[in-house]
Amino acid sequence: MFVAASVGLGIAMVMVMIRAVLGPTIYDRVLALNSFGTKTVLLIAVLGFLMGRPEFLDLALVYALINFIGTVAVLKYFEVGDLGRTLKDSEERVD
Amino acid sequence: MEQVILALAWVAVGFGLFFTVVGAIGVLRMPDVYSRLHAAGMTDTMGAGFLLIGLSLNEGFTLISLRLILIWIFLLFTSPVGTHALARAALYGGVQPLQEESGEVDHRDSN
Repeated sequence: MFVAASVGLGIAMVMVMIRAVLGPTIYDRVLALNSFGTKTVLLIAVLGFLMGRPEFLDLALVYALINFIGTVAVLKYFEVGDLGRTLKDSEERVD
Repeated sequence: MEQVILALAWVAVGFGLFFTVVGAIGVLRMPDVYSRLHAAGMTDTMGAGFLLIGLSLNEGFTLISLRLILIWIFLLFTSPVGTHALARAALYGGVQPLQEESGEVDHRDSN
């Protein structure tokens, strides 16, 4: 069961990575990387069971949080142009 | 009873794998960003939920299954927030949602 799950997750990760390389806009790439990170969390959990070392779940937990923070940070950088300001601040500064 | 729970775990992991692969195919094949978001969201909720529930059924009621449920709760909170931030950034970034293509308009629902 765990071998089949890890192989299926690997196939899904390859397909999402193809979208990250092809993606016409930056948002396609960010979306593909976010989805890739979620699948990485699942793969770490399944591999922990496969190798008989469920301590890997701590890594999966941390990776889920880092993946979310990274996605939101990249999106804010591309939307505002600066991580320290909000959209309103940058509009006021332009005016 | 043991066998029933193990069979349920197999079924849940199979469902999770199915939804994950279908979501990945959707991310690869859908035509624009917003429809790809739909497919990716299905991976995050159904695929991850079924897979983690199957793994925790396989494990039983221990600290490990508690960690699996914790991962599931974190994904349940972070995935909609990330999807919403992505859709908002794409809309403000000037990506137009895909309209009906001229020439291939489907009139089955309009009459």
